[in-house]
Amino acid sequence: MENMVNIKINNREYAVPANSTVLEAARYAGIDIPTLCYLKDINEIGACRLCLVEVKGARGMAAACVYPVNEGMEVFTNTPAIRKARKTNLELVLSAHKKKCLTCIRSTSCELQKLALEYGVDEDHFQGNNNVYPIDATTPYIVRDNEKCILCRRCVAACKNMQQIGVIGANDRGFDTHIASAFEKTLDQTSCIGCGQCIVACPVGALYEKDDTQKVLEALADPTKHVAICAAPSVRATIGECFDYEVGTDVEGKMVAAMKALGFDGVYDMNLTADLTIMEEATEFLERFKEGKNLPLITSCSPGWVKYCEHYFPEFTDNLSSCKSPQQMFGAMYKTYYAQKAGLDPKDIVFVSCIPCTAKKFEVTRDHQNAAGVCDVDIAITTRELARMIKQAGIDFRSLNDAKFDEPFSIGSGAGAIFGATGGVMEAALRTAAEVIEKKELQKLEFDDVRGTEGIKKATYKIGDVEVRVAVVSGTANAKKLLNAIKSGEEKYDFIEVMACPGGCVNGGGQPTQPAVVRNNVDLKALRAKVLYTADKNMDVRKSHENSAVKKLYDEYFGAPGSHKAHEILHTKYVKRGL
Amino acid sequence: MKKKLTTVAFNGTAEQLAKLDELIAKHKGEKGALMPVLQGAQGIYGYLPIEVQQHIALSMDVPLSEVYGVASFYSQFILNPKGEYAVAVCLGTACYVKGAGLLMDKLESLLGIKNGEISADRKFSLDATRCIGACGLAPVLTVNEEVYGRLTPDMIKGILDKYN
Repeated sequence: MENMVNIKINNREYAVPANSTVLEAARYAGIDIPTLCYLKDINEIGACRLCLVEVKGARGMAAACVYPVNEGMEVFTNTPAIRKARKTNLELVLSAHKKKCLTCIRSTSCELQKLALEYGVDEDHFQGNNNVYPIDATTPYIVRDNEKCILCRRCVAACKNMQQIGVIGANDRGFDTHIASAFEKTLDQTSCIGCGQCIVACPVGALYEKDDTQKVLEALADPTKHVAICAAPSVRATIGECFDYEVGTDVEGKMVAAMKALGFDGVYDMNLTADLTIMEEATEFLERFKEGKNLPLITSCSPGWVKYCEHYFPEFTDNLSSCKSPQQMFGAMYKTYYAQKAGLDPKDIVFVSCIPCTAKKFEVTRDHQNAAGVCDVDIAITTRELARMIKQAGIDFRSLNDAKFDEPFSIGSGAGAIFGATGGVMEAALRTAAEVIEKKELQKLEFDDVRGTEGIKKATYKIGDVEVRVAVVSGTANAKKLLNAIKSGEEKYDFIEVMACPGGCVNGGGQPTQPAVVRNNVDLKALRAKVLYTADKNMDVRKSHENSAVKKLYDEYFGAPGSHKAHEILHTKYVKRGL
Repeated sequence: MKKKLTTVAFNGTAEQLAKLDELIAKHKGEKGALMPVLQGAQGIYGYLPIEVQQHIALSMDVPLSEVYGVASFYSQFILNPKGEYAVAVCLGTACYVKGAGLLMDKLESLLGIKNGEISADRKFSLDATRCIGACGLAPVLTVNEEVYGRLTPDMIKGILDKYN
């Protein structure tokens, strides 16, 4: 039994856990106290002063997000004085905010806009000069508009505390305070990995992805182009949120139907190349394991992680799997194998990927990602951008009839489906590696030790007569911890899966934004991941090597996993970037 | 507004670096060590260029953004190098009403640099200061430790010539 205390909130009595804050206690009482800067476990600084409450006997007003409860406490959350203070604070925030709400990317999903409406503020109550900042659009993935920034520091906390990267911080002082990189360097000059966790942490429109929808629309309107799109495993688990579905709703059929309605010449399932990745990566692992070379093998599907490794742990780049990510494999395979088969000139193909990730926008620009002599993937759009295109095209998403992915790339296995959650790539690889080594069918397909949303998971599996030590980490802070333990010789592994975003792709920086009140109270990672594990469970084919479409690819084109041709088209190289 | 940052090349010596490393080692593991380290580093180098801050960040395992955040927050931390002769014009109230702004204009035009900058040969740097407590001599400027009072713009050239 948890330790409880008795408190009164707005004259009504409640028993709440003794270690809760007033903000959390109010939740038990069914009251949402407004916040702008607070993100549970990530940013608890009591800075925005929106969560002000009155506590009997306390001096002044208290910030509920950081104020602990105690026995007999009396809290008031909705007095005239509180309402006035919150309203004034909102008006002060708005006085230095670029109020271009009509055309703001976050209009209707902006936390500041919602509160301004609720409190009936006068947005021009405080007038005066404001600082002018250039928009930083120097990277292919993140755009920063500091004139909309409200200095809540949620992005700084996501970067520094959660990811332990810290390429942005608060510079200068007082009215001149602004969020930027050290010495005012633009983001492209820093060791930013492009994970986009700053974007999904931002309550307003100060941070957003570099929008590439216009490029896609132009390609679609060009009759000389063959435009295809493939959807990453986790997009179907989240895009529903942009159309008012509950978190954790699988909308694969409607997503495919919407893509078709947008006019793509082919709509494909990236789960297929997730399976292809597993074939290559499991082969690579078995080779390295046999030779004892460049172990541990570390997965390379997450482009944020790859860039992190190149910047912060360049000594581990030889450990990275040389496999391209499923996104890049799809483009590479499409512009070689399929182009040949369909009689298309790779130059006339515009290959689009829809991904939960901002770092993938960087990945498409990398070197050694051009199997057909042109870039493997032309445009990478996030879940949010796809939703934006669907809305703009007037497609009524909710009333669409379910549709199926196009042949010949419609089949993905359950192993491919779970790629979008932390532990998924490892589990998929283990399913295949185990059957290849043991040459018999697995009794149980679920590798439970590598499932779940914890940041670091470790397990040892006996496969055949050898023991394979594996680790699964998500979030770069956890990757840092694990790699340091390996460097110091404290821990030893054979195979490691790393995803840059905590929880994996389902919690990626390109996923639908959710306001703090949802992030703080709902386990987004687990709910979204559940969609993928449920899909896996309900599939007939749950192992990558049993995917008939993958088999066909090898039979007709690549020969065998790890073949020379496969290496030329499906593998890549890394660089040691350093800081 | 963003601070104007120097483009003058860093020319730290091996001795300075050894001193900095000694200082960092002394504060290693201490809570709140960043401030005293930055203060000490400024004593060693005279200012806190990116090279020094980056070294501190890496040695102390603190993100550079945090080091710079602290360094740019406190006005006592200097981000741009000072010249061999650091010219500081008091722009406190008394000096200002007595025409210190005109002294500043004259200095900017004679030195060819703006407030907060350093000349290419690193000989002169120019800064505006708050009240230095010599209001009786207003308007006042200082060159390193020398104080010059009751000035008019036409006296500036003579002062600079003493150092040229």
